[in-house]
Amino acid sequence: MKIAVCVSHVPDTATKIKIAENGKTIDSNDVTYVINPYDEFAVEEALKTKEKVGGEVVVISLGGEANKESIRKALAMGADSGVLLKDEDERDSSSLAFALADEIKAQGAELVFFGKQAVDFDNSVTGQITAELLGFNCVSVAVAFNIEGDKVIAEREIEGGKEVIETKIPAVITAQKGLNEPRYASLKGIMAAKRKIIEEKNAISSPNKTEVVQMKKPHGKQAGKILGSDASAVPELVRLLKEEAKVI
Amino acid sequence: MANKILVVLEQRDNQLKKITHEVAKVGSDLANKLTCEVEAVVVGGDVNPLNKVGGFGVKKVTLIKNEELSNYSPSAYTKIISDFADEIGADILIFGNTAIGKDLAPRVSVKLDAGIAMDCVELNFSDGEIIATRPVYAGKALVDIKINSDKKVFVLRPNVFNPGESTESEAEVVLKAIDAPDLSTKVVEVKKSEGKLDVAEASIIVSGGRGMKEAENFKLVEELAEVLGAAVGASRAVVDAGWRPHAEQVGQTGKVVSPNLYVALGISGAIQHLAGMRSSKYIVAINKDVDAPIFQVADYGITGDVFEVVPALIEELKK
Ligand SMILES: Cc1cc2nc3c(=O)[nH]c(=O)nc-3n(C[C@H](O)[C@H](O)[C@H](O)COP(=O)(O)OP(=O)(O)OC[C@H]3O[C@@H](n4cnc5c(N)ncnc54)[C@H](O)[C@@H]3O)c2cc1C
Ligand SMILES: Nc1ncnc2c1ncn2[C@@H]1O[C@H](COP(=O)(O)O)[C@@H](O)[C@H]1O
Repeated sequence: MKIAVCVSHVPDTATKIKIAENGKTIDSNDVTYVINPYDEFAVEEALKTKEKVGGEVVVISLGGEANKESIRKALAMGADSGVLLKDEDERDSSSLAFALADEIKAQGAELVFFGKQAVDFDNSVTGQITAELLGFNCVSVAVAFNIEGDKVIAEREIEGGKEVIETKIPAVITAQKGLNEPRYASLKGIMAAKRKIIEEKNAISSPNKTEVVQMKKPHGKQAGKILGSDASAVPELVRLLKEEAKVI
Repeated sequence: MANKILVVLEQRDNQLKKITHEVAKVGSDLANKLTCEVEAVVVGGDVNPLNKVGGFGVKKVTLIKNEELSNYSPSAYTKIISDFADEIGADILIFGNTAIGKDLAPRVSVKLDAGIAMDCVELNFSDGEIIATRPVYAGKALVDIKINSDKKVFVLRPNVFNPGESTESEAEVVLKAIDAPDLSTKVVEVKKSEGKLDVAEASIIVSGGRGMKEAENFKLVEELAEVLGAAVGASRAVVDAGWRPHAEQVGQTGKVVSPNLYVALGISGAIQHLAGMRSSKYIVAINKDVDAPIFQVADYGITGDVFEVVPALIEELKK
């Protein structure tokens, strides 16, 4: 079976965010970019599925030249080939998903893994939108996944528990932490990845439906009051919670 | 200009969720500002009572009913909501950013060819247009976004928009039975975590970090949570150590929460933890390290030992 994984290339989660001069994006100087953490779960699940049912895993990323690093990371973990959909412009989720769906179709993939969320814009929608564009079934925020023939059984995280979902391929699965333990790339894997092919194509264009008017810093929360350094501060804390904050 | 706003309500076990009040209130306020109509829809089985939604300004609510739809079905709900939006001519849809909303809203947006703004924490107006504010980069920045397509979908972060007190008004309830929904993707079972309040839905959360020293000591966290009627949360360090389940993790790779009160016990306040809880209305931190970054976001702090302060706090609250 042809399995696709979509990966995004995002600032490391420890990055300090500075807003660029244009007031609409971040200043990417001195920012370290990595493969999106949730996409590692997606890659792992794709590899595990290939080990179970056979086939081939293709990694797709849309963005600039730098995205090749994240594609390479997935190739080093064991994916077979990569596609870079080249585009330097800012895309919203609809436009991004449109180009990804086009490539997934061209690849003939029947099962596609996404991360549940890219930790840059934290949208958590690309998998669902792509599935809908392709007419694929979709399970988002998956913490368990199993495939038998064309039948898919997955679990998704919800408030206060999990939903067990039954569906069929063709399907899109978006990966949540807990789905698996991503493997480390072995030295052999890293060497092998250097020889694997990353095909480059221009991403097909599609208009944005949304527009960033401005990016701004959150209203910094003022550091509050330190009430004391031991249990003697407890009565004052309880009084403040009751009378000032009125939350208990 | 907008013609009609559709507020999408959410039910579990045929009970309306708390987020319902928030989306209804935002929808009706928006309708007032835009001088357009607003109505609500919910998909499910025997969802009851629905007339109460009127208390938050929505005068009409349609229940699209089929016993098989008591549980969520991505395929069926997507089709039903999109068809209904088309039928009534809605051009603005409002959802909650919940497990269902996050799955459903983007799919409906595709069917309606609408732009979508997820996880909104503010909706404002500028030159007659709606500007949605949403956190990005785990809350380290915010963006104001504008949707340019004719149809628009806004998905609201729970517990941020204040629905205020309910009024006496009742909504007209319309029943619409449907048969043979598209169940190509369906929930066959819901596994509930034993009677526990989920951090994503709690109005008070008591979280413990590595400062609790070992799994056993979470008894103290649970006890404080109990006297406060709170949910128990955890930092990633303790989830990774296997002391607590991942469902309790708060932060960038856990749940993003905005309760009225967040109590952090023995949590340093790493940037990825703050990402998940900095929008809480009040934050209390108890940590013996005066320089712990958690104190930079805390409203009230005690720079002491959790094993001394927490038992005293439990005693004081029980008084
Ligand atoms: C990609 C990525 C994603 C991440 N996602 C998350 C996430 O979602 N959520 C999250 O929480 N973290 C996340 N982290 C981890 C984060 O960076 C921190 O490592 C983690 O939050 C630390 O947990 P902690 O505060 O419990 O532990 P520590 O940082 O070890 O802090 C323990 C604190 O307890 C205090 N303490 C110790 N003993 C006592 C005592 N007796 N009384 C009072 N105080 C005491 C100490 O002073 C210290 O401040 C992520 C990291 C990465 C790289
Ligand atoms: N530029 C991109 N190229 C390929 N896949 C992407 C890209 N951006 C996001 N994705 C995928 O979509 C998922 C969800 O992203 P988002 O909807 O932006 O939170 C990510 O975890 C990736 O799997």
